[in-house]
Amino acid sequence: MSETLTLNKIVSQKGISTAEAANRVSDLGWTPSYVQEAMTFPTDYKISKVPRDPMKQVLRSYFPMQEEKDNRVYGALDAALRGDMFRNVEPRWVEWMKLFLAIIPFPEISAARSMAMVGRLAPGEELRTGFTMQMVDEFRHSTIQMNLKKWYMENYIDPAGFDITEAAFGKCYATTIGRQFAEGFLTGDAITAANIYLTVVAETAFTNTLFVAMPSEAARNGDYALPTVFLSVQSDESRHIGNGHSMLMAMIHDPSNHQLLERDLKYAFWQNHAIVDAAIGTFIEYGTTNRDKNKESYAELWHRWIYEDYYRTYMLPLEKYGIKIHHDDVAAAWDRIVKKNYVHKTAQFFTVGWSFNFWRIEAQTEKDFEWFEHKYPGWYAEFGDFWKWHAKLSVPGEKNIAFNGDVGYVYPHRCWSCMVPCLIREDFCCDEVDGKMYTYCSEGCRWTHKVAFAAEYEGRATPAMGRFSGRREWEECYHGWDHADAMVDLGFVRSDGKTLVPQPHLRFEQKDMWTLDHIRGNTLGSPLRSFRALKAGTERDAAIAEYRKGFKINPCN
Amino acid sequence: MSVTPQQAHQSGAAGAAIFAGSDSRKYNYFEPKGRKASHYEDMTVDVQPDPERYLLQDWIISFPDGTPTYSKTWTKALSSNWHQFRAVDQEWERTHYQRQSTICGMVQGVIENARKSGAPKRFDKAWVKVLQDHLGAYKHAEFGLGTSLMQAQRYGYTQMVNNAILTNSSYKLRFSQDLTLYLAEIGLDLEGFDHNAGKKHWLEDPIWQGTRKSIEAIMGATDFLEQYFATNLVFEPLVGELFRSGFIMQMAASQGDFATPSVVAAAEADYERNLANTVELIHMLTHDKDHGVHNKGLFNGWMAHHGALAHEAAANLQPIWSQPRVKVSSFTEAQALAKNRIEAICAQIGLKTP
Repeated sequence: MSETLTLNKIVSQKGISTAEAANRVSDLGWTPSYVQEAMTFPTDYKISKVPRDPMKQVLRSYFPMQEEKDNRVYGALDAALRGDMFRNVEPRWVEWMKLFLAIIPFPEISAARSMAMVGRLAPGEELRTGFTMQMVDEFRHSTIQMNLKKWYMENYIDPAGFDITEAAFGKCYATTIGRQFAEGFLTGDAITAANIYLTVVAETAFTNTLFVAMPSEAARNGDYALPTVFLSVQSDESRHIGNGHSMLMAMIHDPSNHQLLERDLKYAFWQNHAIVDAAIGTFIEYGTTNRDKNKESYAELWHRWIYEDYYRTYMLPLEKYGIKIHHDDVAAAWDRIVKKNYVHKTAQFFTVGWSFNFWRIEAQTEKDFEWFEHKYPGWYAEFGDFWKWHAKLSVPGEKNIAFNGDVGYVYPHRCWSCMVPCLIREDFCCDEVDGKMYTYCSEGCRWTHKVAFAAEYEGRATPAMGRFSGRREWEECYHGWDHADAMVDLGFVRSDGKTLVPQPHLRFEQKDMWTLDHIRGNTLGSPLRSFRALKAGTERDAAIAEYRKGFKINPCN
Repeated sequence: MSVTPQQAHQSGAAGAAIFAGSDSRKYNYFEPKGRKASHYEDMTVDVQPDPERYLLQDWIISFPDGTPTYSKTWTKALSSNWHQFRAVDQEWERTHYQRQSTICGMVQGVIENARKSGAPKRFDKAWVKVLQDHLGAYKHAEFGLGTSLMQAQRYGYTQMVNNAILTNSSYKLRFSQDLTLYLAEIGLDLEGFDHNAGKKHWLEDPIWQGTRKSIEAIMGATDFLEQYFATNLVFEPLVGELFRSGFIMQMAASQGDFATPSVVAAAEADYERNLANTVELIHMLTHDKDHGVHNKGLFNGWMAHHGALAHEAAANLQPIWSQPRVKVSSFTEAQALAKNRIEAICAQIGLKTP
């Protein structure tokens, strides 16, 4: 056989190049002349430059590529079952997936919806193909995650919590924090929401901790399904990052956009930090049983993905366009993680509130203590006794840790912006907006509510900017309710009508399970109501000073 | 060595222990449409929350005028229960990619084989000009519908409504690209093929101005349901199918063209699914116990408005039927089929035929 004769050469025929295909597809649009498209999702930005599509992909290569990725995912799920994954999986890890997977499908589908908002704003049609693929990608992510969750429900030892998932998503305070993340993608100024907050910050920076770092931890806990699904999800993100950057570049050359860009980069970074680091930091550090001292801690992962990858290589180069970068916020977020124990305080709070949620949280043990102390020197002195208390009080009949004065924990205020409680007590602050008093976890969150989400920004009218709304303090929804009645209303009770869905341990025998009777008799209250009732001046100032002093966990013997 | 309870590994597998809730292995927060929840329902229902169901703290960000993240006011149609709707095609991501990918493979196979056998060169010359000018113009109509539905999928009150519109948008955008790349590729084999002629006809040829006006009316509608309604219940039967099935697929074979009908046939199969979804939703709304009368009045108005535009668009297309050299079907026959189609649709949902 001649060395030049190959099947490929026999059948090959001249086709059109990928670039030409992309060019032809981008010529499908036109400027309507009979009826104008309504600008239904307005923005305060000006977009005069046509954004370019860096990916140059067309749908006929996109769909087969995605189907192939799907085949790998579903094949891997089958293989995991055949390999008896659940016999070896760590329940400590899977329990946190009840929370994570309750949240994440809604942010994903919100991102799909938000493509409608940017699709019409960009002049030209080139990037519209990129937005189209992102829309279908996000539909993929939302339903593939619902499928993963169903798969856990069908195969994991304790399905309670997975079975109520979307109802729980609507009711639990922890999932509302995730909803702040998601609603930010699709409500308010279209560019603020769908471009800066979603693609430029959430997808470019924080999906790395969500969809890369977290799957690694899953694998360490015997869960091969989460990495399979989420690394496949993450493989779509590079396109989305390209969309975001391209749109950003179409706006950044116009100096009249700079003021808004600076506001939105700051807002988006701080909210992503406050929400994503709280949740994902907790899952990675406290949902694992793997205490290999050579692996990176969440703080180290954050430094790699957020500080080096996003801040230094993505954000800093924006300065050459005349954008002022919020360096102080990046430093403040880093300090909150490494010096002020943000993640540890979040995990502590989740644990104090175990009996208001819908998943199990077991106590950390000596082996965990050693790892934490190694990675975060001083950890044991601050948190060691707390986890001992949690182990001690995990037995039904003990006084619930949330209401147990012996522990020394003081229930926190809720932050009106990020909706995570005000856990770093020394940073607690408050302010009035439209004549009403609100509490915040940090100066960044106070600024977000009072300054960023307003009709005017630094003297400039911002008529498209969104507003905070709803019953943002969860505790207010059940102010004055008995704890047990609240859990019934939340639906966090198992099928026997009395055993709680959440448990403070991983013991799977009925005798070890907490029921409504174990939590009845305690009344829930709204910290914000109490705070607002204080007299302005000395009384309120004293309360603030007291809160900022923090608390000390009592020794647990 | 003794094993302490802490060291013993607890199996995390289903059935490893029996306790309250250990057998609760189905999503239990919605009423399935049938006896058992379908996989599509499990993937879809309630992912977009609703303050009237489980959304305890209400929507937490609003637009500056106070409109929440999702609002029932985004359509003039009313429903006593938007959550009742289920898409007939039951699509979730896996089925969507499987179907789209299969179509992409089929279309590429058709194009490759046709070109390999030298088919485009044997197309009748008059037919090549029809493809260049008119199929080239029509691809823009499909793109207009795709982008219009991409806009519409933001506004529905439930996940089921929005995902049905999203997949419809995905199908339309894929088909507009199918046509674009098909013409670009057969154009490589056809000397003098003008790749820009289609857009020129779309923008300037009087034959296509009625269609463009009809599409722009859908793109410019501010009611998302009107966009979905006008696409599948008005434009598609009166103009889209008329051109695709009533002209391209009828005429092509006689002009020596076996490839184009296969490419276009994919859109007809897409449409059957999207039509079924739309009829299901509109039927639910016209038969709503509280709002059926209101909705019928509204939909009859949309049908009349978009129907008049679509009738005008269809009438303007008539000269195309004279352009192929071999004539095997007439505009009148095609229009009669379109009339039957829209009458059947209107009868199904209880509306007046435009």
